[in-house]
Formats: sequence, structure tokens, C-alpha cells
Amino acid sequence: MPLIAITDVRKRFGANEVLKGIDLDVAAGEVCAIIGRSGSGKSTLLRCVNGLETIDGGSILVAGTHVSSEDQQLRALRLKVGMIFQQFNLFPHLTAGRNVMLSPMVVRKMPVGEAEDLARRMLDRVGLGQKFDAYPDQLSGGQQQRVAIARALAMQPLALLCDEITSALDPELVNEVLAVVGELAADGMTLMMVTHEMRFARQVCDRVVFMHQGRIHEIGPPDELFSAPRTPELRQFLGSTAH
Amino acid sequence: MPGGMAMAYVFEFTWILQYAPVLLKGIAVTIALTAVGAGAGLALATLCAWIRTQGPRWLRVPVVAYVELIRNTPFLIQLFFIFFGLPSAGLRLGEMQAAMLAMVVNLGAYGAEIIRAGIEATPRGQVEAGLSLAMSRLQVFRHVVLGPAMRRIWPALSSQVVIVMLGSSVVSQIAAEDLTFAANFIQSRNFRSFEVYFVVILLYLALAVILRQALRLAGERLFSRGRAQ
Amino acid sequence: MIEFSTWDILRNLLLAARWTVLLSAVAFLGGGLAGLLVLVMRTARRPLPRRFALGFIELFQGTPLLMQLFLAFFALSLVGINMPPWLAAGLALVLWTAAFLAEIWRGCVEAIPRGQWEASASLGMGYLEQMRHVILPQALRIAVPPTVGFSVQVVKGTALTSIIGFVELSKAGTMITNATFQPFTVYALVALLYFVLCWPLSVASRFLERRLNAPHRHH
Ligand SMILES: Nc1ncnc2c1ncn2[C@@H]1O[C@H](COP(=O)(O)OP(=O)(O)O)[C@@H](O)[C@H]1O
Ligand SMILES: [Mg+2]
Repeated sequence: MPLIAITDVRKRFGANEVLKGIDLDVAAGEVCAIIGRSGSGKSTLLRCVNGLETIDGGSILVAGTHVSSEDQQLRALRLKVGMIFQQFNLFPHLTAGRNVMLSPMVVRKMPVGEAEDLARRMLDRVGLGQKFDAYPDQLSGGQQQRVAIARALAMQPLALLCDEITSALDPELVNEVLAVVGELAADGMTLMMVTHEMRFARQVCDRVVFMHQGRIHEIGPPDELFSAPRTPELRQFLGSTAH
Repeated sequence: MPGGMAMAYVFEFTWILQYAPVLLKGIAVTIALTAVGAGAGLALATLCAWIRTQGPRWLRVPVVAYVELIRNTPFLIQLFFIFFGLPSAGLRLGEMQAAMLAMVVNLGAYGAEIIRAGIEATPRGQVEAGLSLAMSRLQVFRHVVLGPAMRRIWPALSSQVVIVMLGSSVVSQIAAEDLTFAANFIQSRNFRSFEVYFVVILLYLALAVILRQALRLAGERLFSRGRAQ
Repeated sequence: MIEFSTWDILRNLLLAARWTVLLSAVAFLGGGLAGLLVLVMRTARRPLPRRFALGFIELFQGTPLLMQLFLAFFALSLVGINMPPWLAAGLALVLWTAAFLAEIWRGCVEAIPRGQWEASASLGMGYLEQMRHVILPQALRIAVPPTVGFSVQVVKGTALTSIIGFVELSKAGTMITNATFQPFTVYALVALLYFVLCWPLSVASRFLERRLNAPHRHH
């Protein structure tokens, strides 16, 4: 059984149908890259999986339970699926350590001491053990994004959704974040990531999904998609990204 | 026994018809006060804002003192000072004149602060462009700065006008015959205090909603032409 | 007529000003707590509490405080409570303050980027947890200057309670005027005392605002 099962998902904003029937199964431990032009619905798809948007049709199952808009179920879902955002979205009033500790303490009712241990381990894992007491605005973009990853990991999710997590970074900071993601992939974490880093997608991902105008236009192993695109749209897209 | 009386109390609204003329007159007075207060008050406010931002230096201190004094004392006391206090300094005003003066002075101070903020948000380049076209400082203010500044702060200014309209209810305390005065008058006649104040508070609410809409429409009209970029 | 020196007048006004301060404090603290409740309802996801809060705010921001005082005074007499002026004054002022603070704070809550809501939601937090741990701590920081600024309105608002018979600074002014026939001096002094109470708050609010807008760190 797939960990994430997306079946005929539709989503519209007003008259604008953004997802026009998406079918996608992601197995446990799989790393799945989503590529495509801006506006093709990549973010919307991830946000639907995390319940940040409600779907208008079809179904999404995560580890066998439906993603619904019902509050209790939504929270149960979010314990299983973590999300990393393009803009980091760290809590600016909390230190890096506190950012990581907050949700385990508030949601999982973990005692402070235990949460602190957990936070230190998670920050170590992303290479920021020494930044426990730093505030977000004292960290570089790359460091902030790694804290955000540690924060999501602290909830021990079954899968992570990453939406262009290196797009807001200066070029020299991209690799430190990708390295962390690469390690997670190697450790067997299930990942759905929207990315423009084609080389990374090629090296790390098991499968690449090319989205075009709200549909999955092509899907397959990275070698196949990148070296032998079947559709003109994908060919054009790959040509324009200069790789 | 008060509890029993409360149970037996029956709400009564038939008096509204009987006292409709009184209520209407009160509404008219409240509107008149607000119109005068808003018109003259905004003129005074603009003048003060101009003085504070580009006017002669020697005038700035008194203007700042006026603005701070008014903004940090209750309207009621300003009203009492004008109506009861000024006669001993030789200025005797009727209750309507005193009420109007108090409202103008009050809105003048609040408006000055709002308009000043709008003026200070003007990009420096706008002023420099005007000056480089050989306009005088006053001409630049009138033709380049004021319009966009007013458009920026129109919502804040509108809320202040509504606040002043609602605040005008205290002029009833110097026997100016506004809507609150009408309420006090009616309830002293029919002893239906709760119903009277309930109805009148709804009338004020309606006035506030209408005034807010009117100011919004006025803003759209005033600023629709020559909309900057 | 009793002879009053300016000092006598000032001393009596000062004594009465204690009640202005006390009532202001009660209104501000009570209004702050009630305002927090209204704020939570106003920003809730469910429409029912949101609509209630909206109506509450509209009612208290769209009607004169004086009318609210009258209504509180007479409404509670109606249900058989023998209403002392201080109770009606306190009640009306608390509700009035709550409406304004809730609206001020809503602006601050809405100034918090949507990403903060989404990030905390994606970590499994519920609405109240998000509010308590993520949104309010940030919103409160930017809320301090306008909140302090509004306290000036509260102090000035207490003057209206004199009209329903609560004896504070303004009422004392009227009473002393009636005894001394020196309205010019008395009301000038009353105004001066209000100014002494309010002006430091105004200055503090402006100072805090400037500090907030200056380049800063969060700690
Ligand atoms: N909250 C929203 N309201 C209205 N339209 C939206 C919203 N979010 C996204 N869209 C629209 O949905 C389409 C897909 O957006 P998105 O999923 O962000 O694309 P991508 O991430 O692939 O760039 C775009 O046309 C965008 O304008
Ligand atoms: Mg996107």
C-alpha cells in the first residue's frame, strides 16, 4: 500500500481549475520530485496533501487515513506529514531551539527537558547543534531553512513535503540545504519535493513528476525523463531551465 | 420587590410616533453640528498640518501645543471650558455656537496629526520636482503634496469624523438640542428610559453607518480623477 | 459661597482624580481581557463567533460612549439591579474598551504573515495553540504602541461617567464650579490634570512606535 495515495484530485480557485484530476501514489521511502512551470499547480498539490487547501474532488489518503477538512483529522494528518516552505516560516520570536521544541511540547505534550534533548538531536542532524540559542534573524537563509527542517523532523513525520525550499536562498547557500535533504533521502525518509534543482532531482529522486496546466503530464524515473522526454512541453521546459 | 417588577416589565415603543418630531430635530442638529465640525475642522486641521510641516517656525510651537493639549484632554472638558469658562474671559457663546466651536477645535487637532502623517509620507522627489519647476513652497504644497496626502489618509480622516459625530452626543450637557438631548427629554417625559436610549443608540448606529458610507463615496469621488499612477 | 483658593480647588480636584485613575485602570485591564476574548472570536474560523464579535465591535464603535453609559445604567436597573453609577460606568467602559482594543489587536494579528499560520498548522497545532504560542506573542509586540495610545482614549472616556453621576475628576470640576463660580479656573485646572495623566501616555506610545520601526533585533 502506498504511503500517500492521491486519486483524481481536483482543486479550483473560483473559476480557475488549478488541479484537474491528479493521480499519484508515493511509496514509503520514496523520493519524488515535482517539476513544472510556475503556475502549473505544484504548490497547490503539496498544500492539498497537507490539508492547507481543501480539495474539491477526488481523495488523498496518507497512511490509510483520509485527508479531510475536519479539524481533529487534519491535526492527526499533520502529525504524519511535515511541510517545509520556500520562505522558511520560522517563528521569529523564538530561538532556533525553541522553534524545534514548540510543537513537541504543545502538541505532543512532551516535557521541556525531553523536548530540549530532542531539539538538540534534530539541530545536530542538520548540522546546527551550535545554533540552539540563535534567533532566526541571526541566521543565514540556509541555516534558517535547516532549522525549519529540524523543526519538521522533531514531529517524527512519515513523510516530508518540500515546496521549493531552496528558491529563496542565495546560490552559495543552496547546497548546504540540499545536502541535508540528500541525507534524509538516504535515511529512508519519504519525500515529495517541488524543486528547480534538476541535477539534485536526478541524483537523489526515485521518480520525477512533470506537471503542466494542472495535470501530471509525464512521470517516470529521472534518467528516463531527463534524457528522453516524451512530450514537447517537457522538452521545452527542460530546455528553458538550462541544464 | 424589584425582581417581581423586572418580570412584569413590558417593553413599550408606541411613544416613538408621538415623539418623532423631537427625534428628527435632534438628528438634524447632530448632523448640522457634524457638518460644520467636519468642514471647518478639516480646514483648520489642514492649516495646522501645513504649519507643522512647512509653515513658519515661530508658529509651529503654538500649533504643537494646541494639538497636544486638545488630544490629551476630554472633549467634555473642552466643551465646558468654552461654554462655562470663556464668558468670564469675555467670550459669551450660545450653546450651539459653543458646541460647534468645540467640535471644530477638537477635529482640527486630531485631523492635523492625521494630515501631517499623510504629508510626511510624500516622497521627497515629488517636492523636489515641484520646486525644480519654479513653484513656490506653498504652490508645491497645494498642487503636489496635499492631494496625494489627502487620498492616503482619507480613511483615517473619515473614521475621525465619525468619532467626532459620536462624541458630539455630550453637547447635550450644555443643553444644545442634539439627538442625545432629545433622548434625555423624551425619557424625562415618559420614564421609558431603557427603550428611549435603546432606540436612540440604534439611531446613532444608523447615522454612523450612513456617515461612513457617505465619506467613502465622497472619497471615491474626490480622488477618482487625477489618480496618481 | 465659601471662599476657595486656587490651591483648595486643585487639592479637591487631585483627590477626585484618584477615581479617574482607578476607573481608567479598571476599564483598561477589564477591557483588555474582554478584548482578548473578542479578538479570538473575531479571528476564529467558525462564522458564528466571528459574526458575534463583528456585531459587538460595530455596536460599541458605532455608537456614542455616552449612550452606552446611559443604556448600561438603565438596562441594569431594569433587570432589578440597583445600579450604582460606578458599576454602570465600569461595565460600559470595559465593553467599550474591549471593542476598540479587539479591533486594534486584530490589525496586529493580521499583520502577522500567513506563513506563520501555515507553518504552525503544518506542525499539528490547533487554532488556540497557534494563537497562544505563535501568533499572539508576535502580534503583542507590534500591538504595544497603539495599545498604549488607546489608553489615552480610555482616560478621556472616563470623563463621560460624570454625566451618569460617578464622581471623578470631571464631576468634581462641575461640583467645585457650582460652589466657587470660577468655571474658567476650575475647568482649566481640570484640563491640566487630564493633560498630566494623558500626555505621558501619548509620548510613550510615540516613543515605542519609533523604537519598533527602527532597525531592530527581536530580543
Ligand atoms: N490562494 C489562491 N487563490 C487563488 N488562486 C490561487 C491561490 N493559490 C494558487 N492559485 C493559483 O493557482 C495556480 C497554481 O498555483 P501554484 O500551485 O502556486 O503553482 P506552482 O507552485 O506550480 O507555481 C496559479 O494560477 C495561481 O494563481
Ligand atoms: Mg509554487
